[in-house]
Amino acid sequence: MNYHWNWSIFLEQVKSGDETYLDWLLTGLGWTLALSLTAWALALTIGIVVGALRSTPSRLLVAIGNAWVELFRNIPLLVQMFLWFFVVPEFLPRDWSLWVKQEMPAKEFVTAALCLGFFTSARIAEQVRAGVGSLPRGQRDAALALGLTLPQAYRQVLLPQALRIVIPPLTSEFMNVFKNSSVAFAIGVLELTFQARQMQEDSEQGIETYLAVTLLYFICAFSANRGMAWIEARSRVPGLIARTN
Amino acid sequence: MIEIRNVSKWYGQTQVLANASTHVAKGEVVVVCGPSGSGKSTLIKCVNGLEPFTEGTITVDGVSVGDPKTDLPRLRARVGMVFQHFELFPHMSVEQNLALAQVKVLGRSKEEALARGAVLLDRVGLRDHATKFPGQLSGGQQQRVAIARALAMDPICLLFDEPTSALDPEMIGEVLDVMVELAQEGMTMMCVTHEMGFARKVARRVVFMDHGEIVEDAPTGAFFDAPASERAKTFLSRILRH
Repeated sequence: MNYHWNWSIFLEQVKSGDETYLDWLLTGLGWTLALSLTAWALALTIGIVVGALRSTPSRLLVAIGNAWVELFRNIPLLVQMFLWFFVVPEFLPRDWSLWVKQEMPAKEFVTAALCLGFFTSARIAEQVRAGVGSLPRGQRDAALALGLTLPQAYRQVLLPQALRIVIPPLTSEFMNVFKNSSVAFAIGVLELTFQARQMQEDSEQGIETYLAVTLLYFICAFSANRGMAWIEARSRVPGLIARTN
Repeated sequence: MIEIRNVSKWYGQTQVLANASTHVAKGEVVVVCGPSGSGKSTLIKCVNGLEPFTEGTITVDGVSVGDPKTDLPRLRARVGMVFQHFELFPHMSVEQNLALAQVKVLGRSKEEALARGAVLLDRVGLRDHATKFPGQLSGGQQQRVAIARALAMDPICLLFDEPTSALDPEMIGEVLDVMVELAQEGMTMMCVTHEMGFARKVARRVVFMDHGEIVEDAPTGAFFDAPASERAKTFLSRILRH
């Protein structure tokens, strides 16, 4: 391989300013974290609600939940980014449309967070529904028989159990959020992938750039994994789910 | 207290309850028995509205269960139910299981609910297990907790759906003892069970079901000594053989 390695490139100044390339990557990392965590909070909230709706006895609620899941599950994430950024604002009422296009602060970031959050929520909803479905029917009956309303039964009895059961797939989803956030560069969010492309072009040291970015994504996803493992250990209930390791 | 009049229920084409009528008066214990698939569990779940029914009326303390205007959670809070598989909430400790509905439904304070729970745990002989989780208890202990959980709501009557069917034989006694005690204190009880010893001891009447029908509804002595129908005779001879 005939390549001029230069690992000190990260400390060098960029061509058009007084920042270093490391500053660029750290800024990118900051946006990646902000975007991923915002999207995750949104996805978890919506995913739990939609997943719960899909496990209720009401056909209407199930249909609404199903529609949500299918809408976000069947379109590629990249295309969804473009849809939210370029198409959806056009269909808003005139005043809103103008506001979104001209005045909304951090337009790219907000759009990407909503898009990634909704996309991920569809996947979480599917897992939550499966988790509730795996509980014995008697748990719902017992909760209702005590006089709890259906929402109370979900809040107090069904979801706390279902969520414990689905922590392993939720862990994968949490890691996916960090990885999928890289798609947001396509609509101009200044996140890690965006900064990497910029650094590669500016510095012409593509290999060092992408190796560094690879490491940073790995650290993000792996931290998410460890964080969820910690939550899983903390939420373990004696006698509920057998230890598997 | 419980009035069941001409109740029928279909699952699609299959009829699971056929014109069933019976009642449980205040302070009375009625045992419901019959072969598996006879509709007895379905019937008892209709009483607190866990299962909807197609025709007929059920009233509990004068409140119509099938009426869409009835506040079912409110009614259910007054009707205790004990299940075959206990159905304790496995993610909560025993005392939390007992306190949950007292706090969320009856609006009692946490302290009040825990205190009431402690009294009932003591009563079912499980005072020392308050902070354990259901998964750490034996089946018999779990079922006694489930009874205490139902009692914590100060119910006007109790429904039992095969409370001992999932228990190992050596644990059946401890659960039946609690049930007998409740019966002797005058608790109104409707019990789906195959424990004929229990029925003889405390039941005022026995309701025998087969194929969704109530075939016999007789005073306990008469039912055991001289069952009127062939089906009840066959059933009794099968379960009393050993």
